[in-house]
Amino acid sequence: MTPVLEVTDLVKHFRVRSGLGDSTAVVRAVDGVSLRIDRGEVLGLVGESGSGKSTVAKCIMRLIEPTSGTVRLNGTDITGLSRRQFRALRREVHMVFQDPYSSLNPRMTCGQIAEEPLRHHRIGRRVARSERVGDLFEKVGLNPQMRARYPHELSGGQRQRVGLARALAVEPSLLIADEPISALDVSVQASIVNLLLELQQDMGFSCLFVAHDLAAVEFVSDRIAVMYLGKIVETTDRQRLFAEPRMPYTQALLSAVPVPDPVEQRQRERILLPGEMPSPINPPSGCSFRTRCPIAEPQCAEAEPLLAEVDGDAHLAACHLIGPAGEAPKIRSTVERAPPP
Amino acid sequence: MTATGQAADTASTTQTRLQVDDLSVRFHTDDGDICAVDGLSFDLGAREVLALVGESGCGKSVTATAILGLLPDAAEMTSGRIVLDGTDLAGLSRSQLRALRGSKIGMVFQEPMTSLNPVFTVGRQIGEVLTRHLGHRKRQAREVAVELLDRVGIPAPRQRISEYPHQLSGGMRQRVMIAMAIACNPSVLIADEPTTALDVTIQAGILDIMRSLRSDLGTSIILITHDLGVVADIADRVVIMYAGRKIEQAPVEQLFSQPQHPYTMGLLGAVPRPGMAAMMHGADRRLAEIPGRVPVMTAPASDCSFHPRCPRAADRCRSLRPELEGRGHDHRVACFYPGEEGGAQ
Ligand SMILES: Nc1ncnc2c1ncn2[C@@H]1O[C@H](COP(=O)(O)OP(=O)(O)OP(=O)(O)O)[C@@H](O)[C@H]1O
Ligand SMILES: Nc1ncnc2c1ncn2[C@@H]1O[C@H](COP(=O)(O)OP(=O)(O)OP(=O)(O)O)[C@@H](O)[C@H]1O
Ligand code: SF4
Ligand SMILES: [Mg+2]
Ligand SMILES: [Mg+2]
Repeated sequence: MTPVLEVTDLVKHFRVRSGLGDSTAVVRAVDGVSLRIDRGEVLGLVGESGSGKSTVAKCIMRLIEPTSGTVRLNGTDITGLSRRQFRALRREVHMVFQDPYSSLNPRMTCGQIAEEPLRHHRIGRRVARSERVGDLFEKVGLNPQMRARYPHELSGGQRQRVGLARALAVEPSLLIADEPISALDVSVQASIVNLLLELQQDMGFSCLFVAHDLAAVEFVSDRIAVMYLGKIVETTDRQRLFAEPRMPYTQALLSAVPVPDPVEQRQRERILLPGEMPSPINPPSGCSFRTRCPIAEPQCAEAEPLLAEVDGDAHLAACHLIGPAGEAPKIRSTVERAPPP
Repeated sequence: MTATGQAADTASTTQTRLQVDDLSVRFHTDDGDICAVDGLSFDLGAREVLALVGESGCGKSVTATAILGLLPDAAEMTSGRIVLDGTDLAGLSRSQLRALRGSKIGMVFQEPMTSLNPVFTVGRQIGEVLTRHLGHRKRQAREVAVELLDRVGIPAPRQRISEYPHQLSGGMRQRVMIAMAIACNPSVLIADEPTTALDVTIQAGILDIMRSLRSDLGTSIILITHDLGVVADIADRVVIMYAGRKIEQAPVEQLFSQPQHPYTMGLLGAVPRPGMAAMMHGADRRLAEIPGRVPVMTAPASDCSFHPRCPRAADRCRSLRPELEGRGHDHRVACFYPGEEGGAQ
């Protein structure tokens, strides 16, 4: 079956002014990303701030034009399509954003906001559209009377629901959710996560769920892709990623997420990463993770490890030190926990 | 591990560093008063990490600013006593308070960019603290600043010291803030959401620094956060706040294993744990929700503020205010129907 989304070798470089004068530098925000989302599947995209997650999302939405590579939506390559050509496909993919405050037009009522995609795609007459918006509000757990309200009169969680109503109005086959819960309170996060899962099971759309909260990503995703410095360094299904991470960065990232259980958390092995992610203007040679990798060897600086199968095509990882049978490289916990006094 | 339990025990028996007693803060606004904090009391022991937890608007930051004597003009401390190492802060003049801030109490905020001065180098800002509070000379201050940056894990501190805040990443800025906060070796450090804006790998490093401050320098820490993972990682004791009041307090292990207040239970159920999704199928894959939201208090509570969101709410909860009561060692809760069974009455 044709995947709903198939991204191949996506590259997005930004040209920025550097230092003094008019010299320019190239930000390698996305540097060769390939990913696939099947019908009804939720793919989680995780990675540190600046690793290129939003840039991938924006290329898929065609909010920015990629430098190279292809983005296929239900089989059709959307890169290079004219605005008019893209218009018909535009229905297939919608997005919700991190900041429910700035992503909704403050001068429109919430009803108008949710109705906008219907109007844009000339779906239904006024009465039918209004009815549909009422249904959508019910679906996302908002009182239909809220339609007359303006975004500033709503709480963060309610705004995110309006954002979801808008994104799902024309029943897209793909929903892109870029950090949809990061700005929300714990209890509100839980309700949005539940809503998203419920709608997804109900409507059957595919979803790219971008977040840096790994626990939430694990909870909602079927598969997860880990990004580092513009590249995907590991991808597999949810269980496998957490149970058998292979790439050292994935291992370190998972070990850094604090578990909400003091007994378990204080006994866990942790891998401390030195420093921070390097600038995408000047990425390291070879493996882009090698400058922080606790087990890097000389070969890591020489050649770039390719995203290769470690367990059939269900699990891909990029690291030179993965064993011939796909064994994860061993990293000793680099953190000694000082016992409390 | 029993070590944490021991730490909590000692905290209540050894010397108290900071004592907050019946703190109430009101904001006078055009739309009337807001009771941001209402009758809050807690102690902070030597070498203790106390976590202050609650959702947005519960009064965590207002509590921190009140302790530091930095409340805005619109705010009034309507009651309360704050005692630091035996000194009642109410008796101090403005300049004495200023001298105390930065020397005996350090502070770290969520957004370091707003608390660092963009036009001065990092070295100059740390040096300033050292000259002001400790009377260091310029050269000496510079040397100590380098040592401090090194202590908070900033690589190549000698070069970094002449950089400006905007040249640093978010994680580095937060480290600089911590360096400034601990420059005078304060006995108490107040950290308001110090890692909320940071990646987990960077957060882990910052939490390690706090751990080492506690063990090497004996610093006591108030850590404000809404991340229960962070609480589980580093706190000795936890105070849960709701609508300006303390609703539960317990040693960390006990809080997680035997939460008593329905709000605390709700918070714990709302966060996903690793491996949880794998055990839940189809429509059962859900997190616990707490419907509704934190109220804005326009008057001190005369009922349980949580009752509109509470699955256990009964008539009593709507007409009377539950006070804090003991439920086991150092564990206190303000609820008429606490615990697993709803507190078999
Ligand atoms: N318009 C732009 N011009 C120049 N550089 C850009 C632009 N947009 C993004 N970048 C850079 O590209 C890199 C990737 O950015 P991106 O926003 O995709 O990261 P992200 O993974 O979404 O991070 P976050 O978790 O902080 O949202 C960063 O280094 C960023 O500074
Ligand atoms: N300057 C102010 N004027 C009026 N009300 C204020 C002011 N600052 C805080 N408040 C109110 O006081 C209450 C407590 O706010 P506080 O900032 O302490 O919350 P918090 O627990 O720190 O939340 P967050 O997690 O969002 O930081 C809130 O209802 C808030 O609206
Ligand atoms: S290739 Fe080398 S540097 Fe990269 S992750 Fe593997 S071991 Fe580390
Ligand atoms: Mg982003
Ligand atoms: Mg706050």
